[in-house]
Amino acid sequence: MRPSGIFDERYEDDIAIVRTKAHWWTLLIGLALLFILPLILNNHLLTTINHIGIVIVICLGLSILTGYTGQISLGQSAFMGVGAYTTAILSVQTGWPFWFAIPMSGLSAGTVGLLFGLPSLRIKGFYLAMATLSAQFIIPWLITHIRTDITGGVFSLVVKPPSLWGVVFNTQFKMFYLIMPIAILMTFFAKNLVRSGIGRAFIAIRDNDLAAEVMGINLFRYKLLSFFICSFFAGVGGALWAYWMRAISTDHFGLMDSVWYLGMIITGGMGSTAGVIFGVTYISVLTELAKVVAPLMGIIFSRIGPGAELALQPIFIGLGILLFLIFEPRGLAHRWEMFKAYYRLWPFSD
Amino acid sequence: MFDSVIVKMFLQFFINGLMIGMVYALIAIGVVIIFRSTKVFNFAVGDMILVGGYIAWTFFNIGIPPLLVIILTIVVGALLGLIIDRLAMRPMIGQPVLAAIMVTLATAYVLKGIVLLIYGGHPKLFSGFLPGQTFRVRGIVLTNDMLWIFGVTLFLFILFFIFYKFSKFGVDMRATAEDHQLAQTRGIRVRNIFALSWALAGVTAVVGGILLGVKLSVHLPLADVGLKAFAAVIFGGLESILGALVGGLIIGILENLVGGFIEPTLKEIFPYIILLLVLVFRPEGLFGLKRIERL
Repeated sequence: MRPSGIFDERYEDDIAIVRTKAHWWTLLIGLALLFILPLILNNHLLTTINHIGIVIVICLGLSILTGYTGQISLGQSAFMGVGAYTTAILSVQTGWPFWFAIPMSGLSAGTVGLLFGLPSLRIKGFYLAMATLSAQFIIPWLITHIRTDITGGVFSLVVKPPSLWGVVFNTQFKMFYLIMPIAILMTFFAKNLVRSGIGRAFIAIRDNDLAAEVMGINLFRYKLLSFFICSFFAGVGGALWAYWMRAISTDHFGLMDSVWYLGMIITGGMGSTAGVIFGVTYISVLTELAKVVAPLMGIIFSRIGPGAELALQPIFIGLGILLFLIFEPRGLAHRWEMFKAYYRLWPFSD
Repeated sequence: MFDSVIVKMFLQFFINGLMIGMVYALIAIGVVIIFRSTKVFNFAVGDMILVGGYIAWTFFNIGIPPLLVIILTIVVGALLGLIIDRLAMRPMIGQPVLAAIMVTLATAYVLKGIVLLIYGGHPKLFSGFLPGQTFRVRGIVLTNDMLWIFGVTLFLFILFFIFYKFSKFGVDMRATAEDHQLAQTRGIRVRNIFALSWALAGVTAVVGGILLGVKLSVHLPLADVGLKAFAAVIFGGLESILGALVGGLIIGILENLVGGFIEPTLKEIFPYIILLLVLVFRPEGLFGLKRIERL
């Protein structure tokens, strides 16, 4: 739906993501604000924002696989681990620069993702969730038990900070300028991918895979492609994670993380790029809020005991998601669309 | 032949695995009941186990006799299931299934938080909870805990089998599993069946919690046992109760045999390797329904 008075006169207008002048200004001002953000914020908030940026990359991949292609995956954080370890090993063993290590991590995670995507042709739904769940257990085990001389085994592996033209990205402030451009690039890529022929094939598979096959979509190829892209994003996110944490161990890539990534795209709204950003931000902010609110509540309920603030955190996060989903089960993206429709029709919207 | 060390070890690991497998199977049945009735996969099962273990410990600590503890905990478990159904799951009826699953995950968080709030997450031991003594049969050790686990789970399996197969509620539950709308038109209150499914799942989870708590002590990592139950559920096929039973037993036994004979750390991932192989060669699990799809 367009605001009245705005017409698409050429094909380029019709397919443009940024349509109007107002759009362009908002985008440019938004980007400018984003990039001066580190100058204003303190280190703690910056850490949170860097984390959000990395998780957005990871969840974008999952959104393509689960939200667009309809294949549930519970192995995203294991694939992320593959990417992180690839980067770590490349940087420690070969000293390759980050702009080469990051795409390589994406490719290696993508290849592993392909392997676990193979059963997807025969199974779907929860069965597929469980096949990817097995990745979540098998991959960390392999990392901690095979070639422990280069992976560090159960101990954490220290990663060298990335550097470019003499600038070493070793603070949250500098990492921000590494993470955000990549996150924006990946968002742009994901947004465009789902509008292309490949994206439409993915959506057709999600809506009805048999019908899609009858229409001439090669199911095997597109499902595997979707797994590859999903794991590629996970690998890139993992590489960023490795550079950001600078010491990685398999503990960072557990099942609960995978479940949370899925939870973030569900909260944001499935099958929407904006939804990914909303969902990741909502849950990350909720988690951070819990860290602030729980100690305060702990003071109020101090009779219960010193462990109260530790216990109130999961309650706060759990209730935050529970109530949100009960009142808005279609996710934040749905609310956002409703708001946009209201805004366009104003003053005639009811 | 029975005197060879290898055979003895094999039998010992087999029996250990069988016992723990019975518990996995019990918990897995709870997951399957909910999945069959409501099509929702219950991620909160691990924390329901935890709640069961802690509540049983509380009753035990007050000094209530064991049998009464088990009965009281079962009642609390059923109530827990009903509360989750009423407060969290009922608003999700008719909403996307994935959102409902996310709600079970959030419920798990709330339950974990409540447990932490009340018990502080310290391990609680049931010392001398179950009466009896350790038997030795031809060098194979059978502890009283193991025998109790075997007895209680077997009793519940039989009870549940009779309930599900022959009682009015069991028939209604199976009808609901087939088709919600058809069941509704036949006069079955589908919402009540959902509540009943959650109550039954609550019972299986808390009993699992008591038994695991007695064997391993009640502590937070107990919630991870829920994951083993998921593997068991998929192993047997999502919709089959017999499958969940067999899946739980197989996973328990394999886990112990691999852990004992090959490599202890492999124990944790071996069920998942088997799971992957089962899914590749038999996508519907061992006993699952093969759905024929048409356009």
